[in-house]
Amino acid sequence: MDGAANITAAALLQQILVGLSRTTILFIVSSGLSLVLGVLRIPNVAHGSLYMIGAFLTYSVATLAGGGTVGFIVALTVAPLGVALISFVVERGLFCHLYEREHLMLLLFTFSIMLVFGDLVKLIWGSDYRSLTAPLFLQGSFSIQGFPFPRYNLFLLLVGPLVAAGLWFLTNKTKIGKIARAAAVDREMVGAMGINVSWVFAAVFVIGCYLAGLGGALVAPTQNITQGMDHTIIIEAFLIVIIGGLGNIWGALLGALIFGLTDAIGILIWPQFAIVFPYAAVVVVLLFRPKGLLKSTW
Amino acid sequence: MLRVEHIHTYYGLSHILFDVSLDVASGEIVCLLGRNGAGKSTTMRSIMGLTPPKTGQIEFKGASCAGLKPHLLARMGMGYVPDDRRVFADLTVGENLDISFRNYRQNGWDIDRVYTFFPALKAIDRRRAGFLSGGEQQMLSIARALMTNPEFLLLDEPTEGLAPLIVSTLEEQILRLKESGLTVLLAEQNLAVALRLSDRGYIIDNGVIRYHGMQEELKQNEEIRRKYLSV
Repeated sequence: MDGAANITAAALLQQILVGLSRTTILFIVSSGLSLVLGVLRIPNVAHGSLYMIGAFLTYSVATLAGGGTVGFIVALTVAPLGVALISFVVERGLFCHLYEREHLMLLLFTFSIMLVFGDLVKLIWGSDYRSLTAPLFLQGSFSIQGFPFPRYNLFLLLVGPLVAAGLWFLTNKTKIGKIARAAAVDREMVGAMGINVSWVFAAVFVIGCYLAGLGGALVAPTQNITQGMDHTIIIEAFLIVIIGGLGNIWGALLGALIFGLTDAIGILIWPQFAIVFPYAAVVVVLLFRPKGLLKSTW
Repeated sequence: MLRVEHIHTYYGLSHILFDVSLDVASGEIVCLLGRNGAGKSTTMRSIMGLTPPKTGQIEFKGASCAGLKPHLLARMGMGYVPDDRRVFADLTVGENLDISFRNYRQNGWDIDRVYTFFPALKAIDRRRAGFLSGGEQQMLSIARALMTNPEFLLLDEPTEGLAPLIVSTLEEQILRLKESGLTVLLAEQNLAVALRLSDRGYIIDNGVIRYHGMQEELKQNEEIRRKYLSV
Protein backbone atom coordinates (compact mmCIF):
# COMPACT_ATOMS: atom_id res chain seq x y z
CA MET A 1 0.00 0.00 0.00
CA ASP A 2 2.98 2.35 0.17
CA GLY A 3 2.41 3.02 -3.53
CA ALA A 4 -0.64 5.01 -2.52
CA ALA A 5 1.45 7.90 -1.33
CA ASN A 6 2.95 8.33 -4.79
CA ILE A 7 -0.32 8.76 -6.67
CA THR A 8 -0.13 11.98 -8.57
CA ALA A 9 -3.00 13.94 -9.99
CA ALA A 10 -1.83 13.12 -13.50
CA ALA A 11 -1.72 9.40 -12.84
CA LEU A 12 -5.18 9.57 -11.31
CA LEU A 13 -6.51 11.46 -14.32
CA GLN A 14 -4.95 8.92 -16.63
CA GLN A 15 -6.53 6.02 -14.78
CA ILE A 16 -9.89 7.75 -14.73
CA LEU A 17 -9.71 8.14 -18.52
CA VAL A 18 -8.72 4.49 -18.90
CA GLY A 19 -11.61 3.56 -16.63
CA LEU A 20 -14.01 5.66 -18.68
CA SER A 21 -12.98 3.97 -21.91
CA ARG A 22 -13.55 0.60 -20.23
CA THR A 23 -16.90 2.00 -19.09
CA THR A 24 -17.84 2.62 -22.72
CA ILE A 25 -17.51 -1.07 -23.60
CA LEU A 26 -19.25 -2.19 -20.41
CA PHE A 27 -22.08 0.28 -20.94
CA ILE A 28 -22.68 -0.71 -24.55
CA VAL A 29 -22.79 -4.42 -23.72
CA SER A 30 -24.82 -4.15 -20.52
CA SER A 31 -27.34 -1.66 -21.91
CA GLY A 32 -28.18 -4.26 -24.54
CA LEU A 33 -28.52 -6.92 -21.86
CA SER A 34 -30.68 -4.59 -19.78
CA LEU A 35 -32.92 -3.77 -22.73
CA VAL A 36 -33.63 -7.45 -23.37
CA LEU A 37 -34.06 -8.11 -19.66
CA GLY A 38 -36.41 -5.18 -19.20
CA VAL A 39 -38.68 -5.60 -22.21
CA LEU A 40 -38.59 -9.33 -22.95
CA ARG A 41 -37.82 -10.42 -19.37
CA ILE A 42 -35.18 -12.79 -20.67
CA PRO A 43 -31.97 -13.06 -18.65
CA ASN A 44 -29.91 -13.67 -21.76
CA VAL A 45 -26.77 -15.49 -20.65
CA ALA A 46 -25.80 -15.87 -24.33
CA HIS A 47 -25.38 -12.07 -24.54
CA GLY A 48 -21.68 -12.48 -23.74
CA SER A 49 -21.33 -15.03 -26.54
CA LEU A 50 -22.69 -12.49 -29.01
CA TYR A 51 -20.08 -10.04 -27.75
CA MET A 52 -17.39 -12.64 -28.38
CA ILE A 53 -18.79 -13.43 -31.83
CA GLY A 54 -18.81 -9.68 -32.53
CA ALA A 55 -15.09 -9.51 -31.70
CA PHE A 56 -14.17 -12.55 -33.81
CA LEU A 57 -16.30 -11.33 -36.71
CA THR A 58 -14.62 -7.95 -36.51
CA TYR A 59 -11.24 -9.65 -36.81
CA SER A 60 -12.34 -11.76 -39.80
CA VAL A 61 -14.16 -8.99 -41.64
CA ALA A 62 -11.29 -6.55 -41.11
CA THR A 63 -8.85 -9.13 -42.46
CA LEU A 64 -11.07 -9.97 -45.43
CA ALA A 65 -11.53 -6.29 -46.23
CA GLY A 66 -7.77 -5.92 -46.47
CA GLY A 67 -7.03 -4.58 -43.02
CA GLY A 68 -5.98 -1.02 -42.35
CA THR A 69 -8.36 1.86 -41.76
CA VAL A 70 -10.86 0.74 -44.39
CA GLY A 71 -10.90 -2.82 -43.09
CA PHE A 72 -11.50 -1.61 -39.55
CA ILE A 73 -14.33 0.72 -40.48
CA VAL A 74 -16.00 -1.92 -42.64
CA ALA A 75 -15.66 -4.46 -39.82
CA LEU A 76 -17.00 -2.05 -37.22
CA THR A 77 -20.08 -1.59 -39.40
CA VAL A 78 -20.61 -5.14 -40.62
CA ALA A 79 -19.71 -7.27 -37.58
CA PRO A 80 -22.40 -5.91 -35.20
CA LEU A 81 -24.95 -6.22 -38.02
CA GLY A 82 -23.87 -9.84 -38.47
CA VAL A 83 -24.44 -10.42 -34.76
CA ALA A 84 -27.85 -8.76 -35.07
CA LEU A 85 -28.69 -11.09 -37.93
CA ILE A 86 -27.69 -14.15 -35.88
CA SER A 87 -29.81 -12.94 -32.98
CA PHE A 88 -32.76 -12.36 -35.32
CA VAL A 89 -32.59 -15.96 -36.53
CA VAL A 90 -32.29 -17.26 -32.96
CA GLU A 91 -35.19 -15.10 -31.76
CA ARG A 92 -37.57 -16.03 -34.58
CA GLY A 93 -36.48 -19.66 -34.62
CA LEU A 94 -36.33 -20.39 -30.89
CA PHE A 95 -36.96 -17.64 -28.36
CA CYS A 96 -40.28 -16.43 -29.71
CA HIS A 97 -41.86 -19.78 -28.85
CA LEU A 98 -40.74 -19.59 -25.24
CA TYR A 99 -41.87 -16.20 -23.95
CA GLU A 100 -44.64 -17.70 -21.86
CA ARG A 101 -42.25 -19.97 -19.95
CA GLU A 102 -40.95 -19.12 -16.50
CA HIS A 103 -37.65 -17.33 -16.01
CA LEU A 104 -35.73 -20.39 -14.93
CA MET A 105 -36.53 -22.17 -18.17
CA LEU A 106 -35.47 -19.14 -20.19
CA LEU A 107 -32.28 -18.86 -18.17
CA LEU A 108 -31.43 -22.52 -18.80
CA PHE A 109 -32.28 -22.11 -22.45
CA THR A 110 -30.05 -19.10 -22.96
CA PHE A 111 -27.33 -20.94 -21.04
CA SER A 112 -27.53 -23.78 -23.54
CA ILE A 113 -27.36 -21.27 -26.39
CA MET A 114 -24.22 -19.87 -24.79
CA LEU A 115 -22.62 -23.34 -24.82
CA VAL A 116 -23.62 -23.88 -28.44
CA PHE A 117 -22.23 -20.48 -29.49
CA GLY A 118 -19.01 -21.16 -27.56
CA ASP A 119 -18.46 -24.39 -29.48
CA LEU A 120 -19.39 -22.82 -32.79
CA VAL A 121 -16.77 -20.13 -32.24
CA LYS A 122 -14.24 -22.86 -31.47
CA LEU A 123 -15.23 -24.70 -34.67
CA ILE A 124 -14.98 -21.63 -36.88
CA TRP A 125 -12.02 -19.73 -35.42
CA GLY A 126 -10.18 -22.51 -33.59
CA SER A 127 -8.94 -22.17 -30.04
CA ASP A 128 -6.05 -19.77 -30.78
CA TYR A 129 -6.44 -16.19 -29.82
CA ARG A 130 -6.55 -13.48 -32.48
CA SER A 131 -5.43 -9.93 -32.31
CA LEU A 132 -6.41 -6.95 -34.38
CA THR A 133 -4.49 -3.72 -34.60
CA ALA A 134 -6.32 -0.46 -34.56
CA PRO A 135 -6.20 1.57 -37.78
CA LEU A 136 -3.24 3.93 -38.12
CA PHE A 137 -5.05 7.11 -37.18
CA LEU A 138 -6.09 5.51 -33.87
CA GLN A 139 -2.70 4.03 -33.02
CA GLY A 140 -0.21 5.57 -30.65
CA SER A 141 -0.78 7.71 -27.62
CA PHE A 142 -1.26 11.23 -26.42
CA SER A 143 0.71 12.50 -23.55
CA ILE A 144 -1.29 13.71 -20.59
CA GLN A 145 1.12 15.51 -18.28
CA GLY A 146 3.81 12.95 -19.04
CA PHE A 147 1.57 9.90 -18.98
CA PRO A 148 0.67 8.17 -22.23
CA PHE A 149 -3.01 7.84 -23.10
CA PRO A 150 -3.88 5.63 -26.11
CA ARG A 151 -5.65 7.36 -29.00
CA TYR A 152 -7.97 4.39 -29.36
CA ASN A 153 -9.24 4.98 -25.81
CA LEU A 154 -10.05 8.56 -26.76
CA PHE A 155 -12.03 7.15 -29.69
CA LEU A 156 -13.95 4.96 -27.22
CA LEU A 157 -14.64 8.01 -25.06
CA LEU A 158 -16.31 9.63 -28.07
CA VAL A 159 -18.30 6.53 -29.06
CA GLY A 160 -19.76 5.98 -25.57
CA PRO A 161 -21.79 9.21 -25.38
CA LEU A 162 -22.86 8.74 -29.02
CA VAL A 163 -24.34 5.33 -28.23
CA ALA A 164 -25.98 6.70 -25.07
CA ALA A 165 -27.54 9.54 -27.08
CA GLY A 166 -28.70 7.07 -29.72
CA LEU A 167 -30.33 4.88 -27.08
CA TRP A 168 -31.99 7.90 -25.49
CA PHE A 169 -33.39 8.89 -28.86
CA LEU A 170 -34.53 5.35 -29.59
CA THR A 171 -36.37 4.82 -26.31
CA ASN A 172 -37.89 8.30 -25.96
CA LYS A 173 -38.46 9.64 -29.45
CA THR A 174 -39.24 6.69 -31.70
CA LYS A 175 -42.50 4.76 -31.82
CA ILE A 176 -40.78 1.41 -31.35
CA GLY A 177 -39.01 2.79 -28.28
CA LYS A 178 -42.23 4.05 -26.72
CA ILE A 179 -43.95 0.75 -27.47
CA ALA A 180 -41.00 -1.12 -25.95
CA ARG A 181 -41.26 0.98 -22.77
CA ALA A 182 -44.96 0.22 -22.58
CA ALA A 183 -44.40 -3.48 -23.25
CA ALA A 184 -41.79 -3.65 -20.49
CA VAL A 185 -44.51 -2.83 -17.98
CA ASP A 186 -47.66 -4.29 -19.53
CA ARG A 187 -47.22 -6.43 -22.63
CA GLU A 188 -50.81 -7.66 -22.51
CA MET A 189 -52.28 -4.17 -22.88
CA VAL A 190 -49.84 -3.40 -25.71
CA GLY A 191 -51.32 -6.40 -27.51
CA ALA A 192 -54.86 -5.22 -26.76
CA MET A 193 -54.00 -1.96 -28.56
CA GLY A 194 -53.50 -3.89 -31.79
CA ILE A 195 -49.72 -4.09 -31.62
CA ASN A 196 -48.10 -7.42 -32.46
CA VAL A 197 -46.00 -7.77 -29.32
CA SER A 198 -44.07 -10.66 -30.79
CA TRP A 199 -42.49 -8.42 -33.43
CA VAL A 200 -41.79 -5.71 -30.88
CA PHE A 201 -39.89 -8.30 -28.88
CA ALA A 202 -37.99 -9.42 -31.96
CA ALA A 203 -36.95 -5.83 -32.71
CA VAL A 204 -35.87 -5.14 -29.14
CA PHE A 205 -33.98 -8.42 -28.92
CA VAL A 206 -32.12 -7.67 -32.15
CA ILE A 207 -31.25 -4.14 -30.98
CA GLY A 208 -30.00 -5.49 -27.64
CA CYS A 209 -27.86 -8.12 -29.34
CA TYR A 210 -26.57 -5.57 -31.85
CA LEU A 211 -25.19 -3.69 -28.85
CA ALA A 212 -23.42 -6.87 -27.67
CA GLY A 213 -21.88 -7.19 -31.13
CA LEU A 214 -20.91 -3.52 -31.18
CA GLY A 215 -19.22 -3.89 -27.80
CA GLY A 216 -17.28 -6.88 -29.13
CA ALA A 217 -16.28 -4.99 -32.26
CA LEU A 218 -15.08 -1.98 -30.30
CA VAL A 219 -13.11 -4.05 -27.81
CA ALA A 220 -11.38 -6.10 -30.52
CA PRO A 221 -8.34 -3.84 -31.05
CA THR A 222 -7.75 -3.41 -27.30
CA GLN A 223 -7.26 -7.00 -26.18
CA ASN A 224 -6.70 -10.55 -27.36
CA ILE A 225 -9.79 -11.98 -29.02
CA THR A 226 -10.13 -15.31 -27.35
CA GLN A 227 -12.36 -18.10 -26.08
CA GLY A 228 -13.63 -17.26 -22.64
CA MET A 229 -14.12 -13.55 -23.22
CA ASP A 230 -17.84 -14.36 -23.30
CA HIS A 231 -17.80 -15.58 -19.68
CA THR A 232 -15.86 -12.60 -18.35
CA ILE A 233 -18.12 -10.01 -19.95
CA ILE A 234 -21.42 -11.71 -19.10
CA ILE A 235 -20.60 -11.79 -15.39
CA GLU A 236 -19.59 -8.14 -15.44
CA ALA A 237 -22.62 -7.15 -17.51
CA PHE A 238 -25.06 -8.93 -15.20
CA LEU A 239 -23.51 -7.29 -12.13
CA ILE A 240 -23.75 -3.89 -13.82
CA VAL A 241 -27.38 -4.44 -14.77
CA ILE A 242 -28.20 -5.60 -11.24
CA ILE A 243 -26.59 -2.64 -9.45
CA GLY A 244 -28.08 -0.22 -11.99
CA GLY A 245 -31.64 -1.56 -11.73
CA LEU A 246 -32.95 -4.38 -13.92
CA GLY A 247 -34.14 -3.19 -17.29
CA ASN A 248 -33.08 0.42 -16.81
CA ILE A 249 -30.67 1.56 -19.54
CA TRP A 250 -29.49 4.55 -17.51
CA GLY A 251 -28.94 2.20 -14.61
CA ALA A 252 -26.65 0.24 -16.92
CA LEU A 253 -24.75 3.48 -17.63
CA LEU A 254 -24.41 4.22 -13.93
CA GLY A 255 -23.43 0.64 -13.14
CA ALA A 256 -20.84 0.61 -15.93
CA LEU A 257 -19.37 3.87 -14.60
CA ILE A 258 -19.06 2.43 -11.11
CA PHE A 259 -17.60 -0.81 -12.39
CA GLY A 260 -15.17 0.76 -14.86
CA LEU A 261 -13.93 3.49 -12.53
CA THR A 262 -13.45 1.36 -9.42
CA ASP A 263 -11.56 -1.13 -11.56
CA ALA A 264 -9.24 1.53 -12.97
CA ILE A 265 -8.67 3.31 -9.68
CA GLY A 266 -8.14 -0.02 -7.93
CA ILE A 267 -5.23 -0.70 -10.26
CA LEU A 268 -3.68 2.55 -9.15
CA ILE A 269 -4.22 2.09 -5.43
CA TRP A 270 -3.53 -1.57 -4.94
CA PRO A 271 -2.54 -3.32 -8.18
CA GLN A 272 -2.32 -6.86 -6.75
CA PHE A 273 -5.91 -6.74 -5.53
CA ALA A 274 -7.34 -4.45 -8.21
CA ILE A 275 -9.84 -7.06 -9.34
CA VAL A 276 -11.53 -6.93 -5.93
CA PHE A 277 -12.50 -3.26 -6.17
CA PRO A 278 -15.40 -3.40 -8.65
CA TYR A 279 -16.88 -6.42 -6.91
CA ALA A 280 -16.57 -4.69 -3.54
CA ALA A 281 -18.40 -1.72 -5.08
CA VAL A 282 -21.17 -4.06 -6.23
CA VAL A 283 -21.50 -5.42 -2.70
CA VAL A 284 -21.67 -1.93 -1.23
CA VAL A 285 -24.34 -0.82 -3.71
CA LEU A 286 -26.44 -3.92 -3.08
CA LEU A 287 -26.15 -3.50 0.70
CA PHE A 288 -27.75 -0.08 0.46
CA ARG A 289 -29.88 -0.46 -2.66
CA PRO A 290 -30.76 -4.16 -3.02
CA LYS A 291 -33.01 -3.40 -6.01
CA GLY A 292 -30.37 -1.38 -7.82
CA LEU A 293 -29.64 2.32 -8.03
CA LEU A 294 -32.30 3.35 -10.51
CA LYS A 295 -35.88 2.24 -10.93
CA SER A 296 -36.17 -1.30 -12.16
CA THR A 297 -38.85 -2.28 -14.66
CA TRP A 298 -39.28 -5.62 -12.89
CA MET B 1 -71.74 -7.47 -33.96
CA LEU B 2 -70.75 -9.96 -31.27
CA ARG B 3 -72.07 -13.43 -30.52
CA VAL B 4 -70.67 -15.47 -27.65
CA GLU B 5 -71.86 -19.08 -27.60
CA HIS B 6 -71.44 -21.53 -24.74
CA ILE B 7 -67.95 -20.54 -23.67
CA HIS B 8 -66.12 -22.19 -20.77
CA THR B 9 -63.09 -20.32 -19.46
CA TYR B 10 -60.46 -21.41 -16.96
CA TYR B 11 -57.67 -19.73 -15.03
CA GLY B 12 -55.23 -22.58 -14.86
CA LEU B 13 -57.27 -25.39 -13.35
CA SER B 14 -60.08 -23.32 -11.88
CA HIS B 15 -63.20 -23.22 -13.96
CA ILE B 16 -64.48 -19.61 -14.04
CA LEU B 17 -67.08 -19.29 -16.79
CA PHE B 18 -69.74 -21.94 -17.32
CA ASP B 19 -71.53 -22.05 -20.63
CA VAL B 20 -71.72 -18.27 -21.05
CA SER B 21 -73.65 -17.04 -24.08
CA LEU B 22 -74.53 -13.50 -24.99
CA ASP B 23 -74.89 -11.33 -28.03
CA VAL B 24 -74.58 -7.66 -28.81
CA ALA B 25 -76.14 -6.09 -31.87
CA SER B 26 -74.62 -3.20 -33.77
CA GLY B 27 -75.24 0.18 -32.14
CA GLU B 28 -76.35 -1.19 -28.78
CA ILE B 29 -75.01 -0.68 -25.29
CA VAL B 30 -75.43 -4.01 -23.52
CA CYS B 31 -74.53 -4.34 -19.88
CA LEU B 32 -73.16 -7.32 -18.05
CA LEU B 33 -74.22 -7.00 -14.43
CA GLY B 34 -72.82 -8.92 -11.53
CA ARG B 35 -71.16 -8.75 -8.16
CA ASN B 36 -67.43 -8.72 -7.58
CA GLY B 37 -65.95 -12.01 -8.71
CA ALA B 38 -69.06 -13.02 -10.64
CA GLY B 39 -67.11 -13.45 -13.87
CA LYS B 40 -67.64 -10.10 -15.61
CA SER B 41 -63.96 -9.34 -16.19
CA THR B 42 -63.25 -12.92 -17.21
CA THR B 43 -66.01 -12.68 -19.80
CA MET B 44 -64.46 -9.46 -21.13
CA ARG B 45 -60.99 -11.04 -21.17
CA SER B 46 -62.33 -14.12 -22.95
CA ILE B 47 -63.88 -12.01 -25.68
CA MET B 48 -60.69 -9.93 -26.11
CA GLY B 49 -58.60 -13.10 -26.42
CA LEU B 50 -56.58 -12.36 -23.28
CA THR B 51 -57.90 -15.45 -21.49
CA PRO B 52 -59.17 -17.52 -24.39
CA PRO B 53 -62.08 -19.85 -23.60
CA LYS B 54 -61.32 -23.54 -23.59
CA THR B 55 -64.51 -24.45 -25.41
CA GLY B 56 -67.27 -22.53 -27.10
CA GLN B 57 -67.58 -20.12 -29.99
CA ILE B 58 -67.10 -16.38 -30.30
CA GLU B 59 -68.16 -14.58 -33.45
CA PHE B 60 -67.17 -10.99 -34.12
CA LYS B 61 -68.69 -9.21 -37.13
CA GLY B 62 -69.73 -12.58 -38.48
CA ALA B 63 -66.28 -14.16 -38.32
CA SER B 64 -65.32 -16.85 -35.84
CA CYS B 65 -62.65 -15.40 -33.59
CA ALA B 66 -62.19 -17.65 -30.55
CA GLY B 67 -58.47 -18.29 -30.15
CA LEU B 68 -57.34 -15.24 -32.11
CA LYS B 69 -54.59 -13.16 -30.52
CA PRO B 70 -55.67 -9.88 -28.88
CA HIS B 71 -53.75 -7.72 -31.37
CA LEU B 72 -55.64 -9.28 -34.28
CA LEU B 73 -58.98 -8.71 -32.55
CA ALA B 74 -57.96 -5.11 -31.88
CA ARG B 75 -57.18 -4.69 -35.57
CA MET B 76 -60.58 -6.18 -36.46
CA GLY B 77 -62.17 -3.36 -34.48
CA MET B 78 -62.44 -4.55 -30.89
CA GLY B 79 -61.42 -2.03 -28.24
CA TYR B 80 -60.67 -2.97 -24.65
CA VAL B 81 -60.83 -0.85 -21.48
CA PRO B 82 -59.80 -3.01 -18.51
CA ASP B 83 -61.34 -2.57 -15.07
CA ASP B 84 -58.02 -1.60 -13.51
CA ARG B 85 -57.35 0.92 -16.34
CA ARG B 86 -53.76 -0.20 -16.90
CA VAL B 87 -52.51 2.93 -18.60
CA PHE B 88 -48.84 2.76 -19.57
CA ALA B 89 -47.60 4.46 -16.40
CA ASP B 90 -44.08 5.30 -17.62
CA LEU B 91 -45.34 7.04 -20.74
CA THR B 92 -46.90 10.47 -20.97
CA VAL B 93 -50.57 10.88 -21.81
CA GLY B 94 -49.64 11.85 -25.36
CA GLU B 95 -47.33 8.85 -25.76
CA ASN B 96 -50.02 6.51 -24.46
CA LEU B 97 -52.33 7.74 -27.20
CA ASP B 98 -49.62 7.91 -29.85
CA ILE B 99 -48.60 4.26 -29.60
CA SER B 100 -52.24 3.13 -29.55
CA PHE B 101 -53.15 4.80 -32.85
CA ARG B 102 -54.35 2.20 -35.38
CA ASN B 103 -56.04 3.13 -38.58
CA TYR B 104 -57.25 -0.10 -40.14
CA ARG B 105 -60.81 1.28 -40.38
CA GLN B 106 -61.22 5.00 -40.87
CA ASN B 107 -63.60 5.69 -38.02
CA GLY B 108 -62.07 9.11 -37.75
CA TRP B 109 -60.46 8.80 -34.33
CA ASP B 110 -57.09 10.47 -34.09
CA ILE B 111 -55.31 12.44 -31.42
CA ASP B 112 -57.12 15.70 -32.24
CA ARG B 113 -60.57 14.16 -32.07
CA VAL B 114 -59.72 12.31 -28.86
CA TYR B 115 -58.51 15.55 -27.28
CA THR B 116 -61.68 17.32 -28.42
CA PHE B 117 -63.70 14.53 -26.88
CA PHE B 118 -61.69 14.55 -23.62
CA PRO B 119 -60.49 18.18 -23.28
CA ALA B 120 -59.16 17.39 -19.80
CA LEU B 121 -56.58 15.07 -21.34
CA LYS B 122 -55.28 17.70 -23.71
CA ALA B 123 -54.32 19.88 -20.77
CA ILE B 124 -52.15 17.11 -19.30
CA ASP B 125 -50.70 15.86 -22.58
CA ARG B 126 -47.13 15.81 -21.27
CA ARG B 127 -47.80 14.37 -17.83
CA ARG B 128 -46.80 10.81 -17.05
CA ALA B 129 -49.82 8.53 -16.93
CA GLY B 130 -48.67 7.10 -13.60
CA PHE B 131 -49.22 10.49 -11.95
CA LEU B 132 -52.83 10.94 -13.06
CA SER B 133 -55.89 10.81 -10.81
CA GLY B 134 -58.25 7.85 -11.04
CA GLY B 135 -60.72 9.75 -13.21
CA GLU B 136 -57.99 10.97 -15.54
CA GLN B 137 -56.59 7.45 -15.86
CA GLN B 138 -60.05 6.14 -16.70
CA MET B 139 -60.46 8.79 -19.39
CA LEU B 140 -57.03 7.95 -20.76
CA SER B 141 -57.82 4.25 -20.78
CA ILE B 142 -60.98 4.91 -22.82
CA ALA B 143 -59.20 7.46 -25.03
CA ARG B 144 -56.44 4.95 -25.71
CA ALA B 145 -58.98 2.34 -26.79
CA LEU B 146 -60.64 4.93 -29.07
CA MET B 147 -57.27 5.59 -30.73
CA THR B 148 -57.40 2.04 -32.09
CA ASN B 149 -60.53 3.10 -34.03
CA PRO B 150 -62.82 0.40 -32.67
CA GLU B 151 -66.32 -0.48 -33.80
CA PHE B 152 -67.01 -2.39 -30.63
CA LEU B 153 -65.82 -1.47 -27.16
CA LEU B 154 -65.41 -3.73 -24.14
CA LEU B 155 -65.84 -1.35 -21.21
CA ASP B 156 -65.04 -3.03 -17.90
CA GLU B 157 -66.40 -1.17 -14.85
CA PRO B 158 -65.51 2.33 -16.01
CA THR B 159 -67.12 4.00 -13.01
CA GLU B 160 -65.50 1.90 -10.32
CA GLY B 161 -63.88 3.97 -7.59
CA LEU B 162 -64.69 7.35 -9.17
CA ALA B 163 -66.34 10.34 -7.53
CA PRO B 164 -70.07 10.78 -8.38
CA LEU B 165 -69.46 13.97 -10.35
CA ILE B 166 -66.86 12.25 -12.54
CA VAL B 167 -69.16 9.26 -12.96
CA SER B 168 -71.90 11.42 -14.45
CA THR B 169 -69.47 13.13 -16.84
CA LEU B 170 -68.23 9.72 -17.91
CA GLU B 171 -71.81 8.51 -18.43
CA GLU B 172 -72.50 11.41 -20.77
CA GLN B 173 -69.36 10.64 -22.72
CA ILE B 174 -70.28 6.97 -23.05
CA LEU B 175 -73.70 7.96 -24.40
CA ARG B 176 -72.03 10.31 -26.87
CA LEU B 177 -69.86 7.41 -28.03
CA LYS B 178 -73.00 5.39 -28.62
CA GLU B 179 -74.46 8.24 -30.70
CA SER B 180 -71.29 8.25 -32.79
CA GLY B 181 -72.09 4.66 -33.75
CA LEU B 182 -69.97 2.70 -31.31
CA THR B 183 -71.28 -0.60 -29.96
CA VAL B 184 -70.49 -1.26 -26.29
CA LEU B 185 -70.47 -4.21 -23.92
CA LEU B 186 -70.40 -2.66 -20.47
CA ALA B 187 -69.52 -4.66 -17.36
CA GLU B 188 -70.96 -3.02 -14.25
CA GLN B 189 -71.85 -3.77 -10.69
CA ASN B 190 -73.46 -0.39 -10.21
CA LEU B 191 -77.07 -1.07 -11.23
CA ALA B 192 -78.05 2.59 -11.44
CA VAL B 193 -75.26 3.35 -13.92
CA ALA B 194 -76.00 0.25 -15.97
CA LEU B 195 -79.71 1.05 -16.20
CA ARG B 196 -79.05 4.63 -17.27
CA LEU B 197 -76.66 3.63 -20.03
CA SER B 198 -77.78 0.36 -21.51
CA ASP B 199 -80.49 -0.96 -23.78
CA ARG B 200 -80.34 -4.55 -22.57
CA GLY B 201 -78.64 -6.44 -19.81
CA TYR B 202 -77.33 -9.79 -18.74
CA ILE B 203 -76.85 -10.79 -15.13
CA ILE B 204 -73.92 -13.04 -14.36
CA ASP B 205 -73.34 -14.80 -11.07
CA ASN B 206 -70.72 -17.43 -10.18
CA GLY B 207 -69.69 -17.66 -13.82
CA VAL B 208 -73.20 -18.42 -15.09
CA ILE B 209 -75.58 -16.11 -16.97
CA ARG B 210 -78.70 -16.03 -14.75
CA TYR B 211 -80.93 -13.57 -16.49
CA HIS B 212 -81.29 -11.67 -19.70
CA GLY B 213 -83.70 -8.86 -20.36
CA MET B 214 -84.46 -5.37 -21.59
CA GLN B 215 -83.64 -2.36 -19.49
CA GLU B 216 -87.28 -1.91 -18.28
CA GLU B 217 -87.57 -5.53 -17.25
CA LEU B 218 -84.41 -5.27 -15.21
CA LYS B 219 -85.68 -2.12 -13.59
CA GLN B 220 -88.91 -3.74 -12.52
CA ASN B 221 -87.77 -7.22 -11.57
CA GLU B 222 -87.13 -6.71 -7.87
CA GLU B 223 -86.52 -10.39 -7.15
CA ILE B 224 -83.75 -10.84 -9.71
CA ARG B 225 -82.01 -7.76 -8.42
CA ARG B 226 -82.18 -8.92 -4.83
CA LYS B 227 -80.97 -12.38 -5.66
CA TYR B 228 -77.98 -11.60 -7.85
CA LEU B 229 -76.97 -8.01 -7.35
CA SER B 230 -77.56 -6.86 -3.78
CA VAL B 231 -74.56 -7.23 -1.55
